[in-house]
Amino acid sequence: MPTLETTFAGIKCLNPFWLASAPPTNCGEQIMRAFDAGWGGAVWKTIGEQVTNVSSRYSSIDWNGQRMMGFNNIELISDRPPDVNLREMAEVKRRYPKHVVIASLMVESKREVWHEMVQRAEDAGVDGLELNFGCPHGMSERGMGSAVGQVPEYCEEITGWVKEKARTPVIVKLTPNIADIRMPARAARRAGADALSAINTINSITGIDLETLEPRPNVDGKSSHGGYCGPAVKPIALNMVQQVMSDPLAALPMSGIGGIGSWQDAAEFVLLGAGTVQVCTAAMHYGYRIVEDMGDGLLSWMRRKGYETIDDFRGRSLPNMRDWKHLNLNFRVVAEIHADKCIGCQLCYTACWDGAHQCIHLDRVDGGMEQPVMGTDPRYAQHEANPHGKPTPAMVFAQSVKTIVTTPIPKLDLDGEGASSAVTPLQRIPRVDVDECVGCNLCSLVCPVPECITMERVETGLCPETWAERVANAESAKA
Amino acid sequence: MSEATNFFSKAGVSAEVAERFADLHPPLEKTAAVTEALRCLYCFDAPCMGACPTHIDVPKFIKKIASGNLEGSARTILEANILGASCSRACPVQVLCEGACVMHRYNKQPIEIGRLQRFAMDALHASGDPLPFTPGADTGKRVALIGGGPASLACAAELRRRGVRAEIFDARPLPGGLNTYGIAEYKLPLAESLREIDMLAELGVEFHFETMVNAAKLAELEASYDAVFLGMGLGAIHKLGVAGEELEGVTNALDFIAGYKSGTLKDVPSRVAVIGAGNTAIDAANAAVRLGANEVHMVYRRGSEQMSAFGFEYEHARKEGVRFLWHVTPVKVVGEKKVEALELAQLESAEDGSLVPRAGPHILLEVDLVVLAIGQATHAEFVSTAAGKDAGKVRLERGRIVIDRETGQTSNPKFFAGGDCTNGGREVVDAVADGKRAGIGIAVWLEGQHANA
Repeated sequence: MPTLETTFAGIKCLNPFWLASAPPTNCGEQIMRAFDAGWGGAVWKTIGEQVTNVSSRYSSIDWNGQRMMGFNNIELISDRPPDVNLREMAEVKRRYPKHVVIASLMVESKREVWHEMVQRAEDAGVDGLELNFGCPHGMSERGMGSAVGQVPEYCEEITGWVKEKARTPVIVKLTPNIADIRMPARAARRAGADALSAINTINSITGIDLETLEPRPNVDGKSSHGGYCGPAVKPIALNMVQQVMSDPLAALPMSGIGGIGSWQDAAEFVLLGAGTVQVCTAAMHYGYRIVEDMGDGLLSWMRRKGYETIDDFRGRSLPNMRDWKHLNLNFRVVAEIHADKCIGCQLCYTACWDGAHQCIHLDRVDGGMEQPVMGTDPRYAQHEANPHGKPTPAMVFAQSVKTIVTTPIPKLDLDGEGASSAVTPLQRIPRVDVDECVGCNLCSLVCPVPECITMERVETGLCPETWAERVANAESAKA
Repeated sequence: MSEATNFFSKAGVSAEVAERFADLHPPLEKTAAVTEALRCLYCFDAPCMGACPTHIDVPKFIKKIASGNLEGSARTILEANILGASCSRACPVQVLCEGACVMHRYNKQPIEIGRLQRFAMDALHASGDPLPFTPGADTGKRVALIGGGPASLACAAELRRRGVRAEIFDARPLPGGLNTYGIAEYKLPLAESLREIDMLAELGVEFHFETMVNAAKLAELEASYDAVFLGMGLGAIHKLGVAGEELEGVTNALDFIAGYKSGTLKDVPSRVAVIGAGNTAIDAANAAVRLGANEVHMVYRRGSEQMSAFGFEYEHARKEGVRFLWHVTPVKVVGEKKVEALELAQLESAEDGSLVPRAGPHILLEVDLVVLAIGQATHAEFVSTAAGKDAGKVRLERGRIVIDRETGQTSNPKFFAGGDCTNGGREVVDAVADGKRAGIGIAVWLEGQHANA
């Protein structure tokens, strides 16, 4: 039986699911309820010098009827007195000794202030420390948070101070608001950090009220850039985690953060090297209860894949990520539209014409399927726009608007326009011009029907060759 | 001599009728509309658009509902169909846009296009804004339109947008033809039809009411207008041709429906029989139920599989509580001074499909009201006998005016036509499509006349 139990930078974890340092981990009462719901650990809302927060604090982006595709906040670190937080930490650890409690810290950039805070947190009995070098709003204006994380030297120096004092593992939380995340990661590693967590939130303005012209979140008519998170940032976070984990000078135990809300998300972060994952927005959206399926689903997947532990698949996808120049230029796929599944929406057609390479046509009834496949590989052909002179989308549309149709008369017009809706008419099923298809995937991405458009491998008869190899071969041929 | 507008205020529907004929398809609430709009796949060259006789760009107007651009949504609808509000309620969407929706092939409910269209149009009406179109620069041309129904209204709108004066002549006191007087109130309330026509009046469409156009009048109009559009629809409902038909208590479906819609008919007796099984017959039967009849029968000479109503209309009538008598035909209306019963003979289909009497006793169906709904006669003969210099050249075929489908032009170049008088009786949306094509056709023709002059 697979297990979710794991060890992260020496910290024993019941499972890899931690709540990130954020509103869901604001106080001990919340965190204990979260542990009851199944979370394996919690990174306490960052403590430091007590702050005053503004109202309001959050805003979000909805997408096509779904709420909170992306979320942002301008909340600062904990606005509770540090003493209270520390007392509650001790209480939580006493009641939940097997659960992981991490203290997230952010104080003035002075060695003795950091030393004191590290001491107090560890005295409270926490399992580890997370250094918040990532908060992109408010705190950064005071020389903390991302103001530290964006300067590798500061990052290295403060991490060093903490390591002088700390007895528990030190996790450095990285900001994505930087050109190359590997630089602060390397700095943290140089300073002796035990682990990293990434990513913190991304600088953002979620939107503007078009009536009042005031951006969100609205604080007395004004706003400030906030930290962006939620499902929208997952691809950015995955890339940054991979960047760090593929860098021998930066890689450390990684706690993945950014848009995680499901077991699939968690698995993806682990496959790129994360040992634990941290969740915030999804828990803010749906509550702590989401962790149940994260565990349940991940275990099922692990069983199916034959993995016993998190470590069994941690980093497994890292070797599959490489620089573009090391991709095989002689690998070719082309789109195949499975007519039996096609519902005739023609989204692939318009997408290919306007957004890709003009190689999907509506000519099945005009004998399009009988056109011989020349086997031309478009990567080596001279591209012409619409080389076969097929009707453009505008021509297709204009023809439809001109067509005279009438309401079918019941019983008489069995072939009325609306009558045959159960079967997709042949003229509405697009055809891929295989010779012209560059295999970009766009049609298969826009198609609403699962497995209706598949990308099929075409043998090019050529040996694998990367750009790097081609350049090298050309160089040696010249020599 | 055009008459004052604000027809909407002239709707005389009683509160009781309004209550009894509440919307069959209630309006969508805003959140529901947006949710439904978001479900739309935004097909390219969408089948729904193709199936609509007026080719409303359905995905485009739906996308605008989703984006909150309701003004643009209504404009998209009206660009294609000037009676977009009426059609959103009156159209048999199951066999048109919604019937064609790709969702049928996706194991999902089709998008509720009709209700979304109504949502956009209701929003326009609620805004109080006029139609998003302005009359074209005056060309000095005038067109007379015979009949104030959907075909003429759509034609008139196209003419106004092209700077042609459009004057509608109608026999009734209010405009709209069957759109106003003939559609079940739970689909399209009379007031809603008038509201839409008020907007056309603002575009400069002129109306002459209670003006019966006969051959002489038509000749007169032909002489004084630059072109004539024939959109007078069909004529009277066929008679049964049996004894007792003249008795009090025998009416026809068009008068019956127009009566309750316009407020002149407020209740019905206990037992009602509707003769016929088309969509109009169903509307009449359902109306009788809603007006308080205890027992409503539909009487049809063939079986349910051959009735000419849409399948969903039949299902609706069954749900309303209408009962059906199949394979019977009235042979006599029985009664002293007023209708007391219908004498029905039983029929069966012969091998060649024709109906033959079946042995057995006649059925006596006790009724207080008989509503005939056995199809309308044509009403176009006067066109071919008009006395004008070019008259008589408007060609008819089986009583229908023959037109060029793309332009609506008849065999007499000065006469254009569309709607039921050309197609024998179809839907509002078909009439609108005809009128639209004819309006454009007339404007192009007038321009050509001018260029040639």
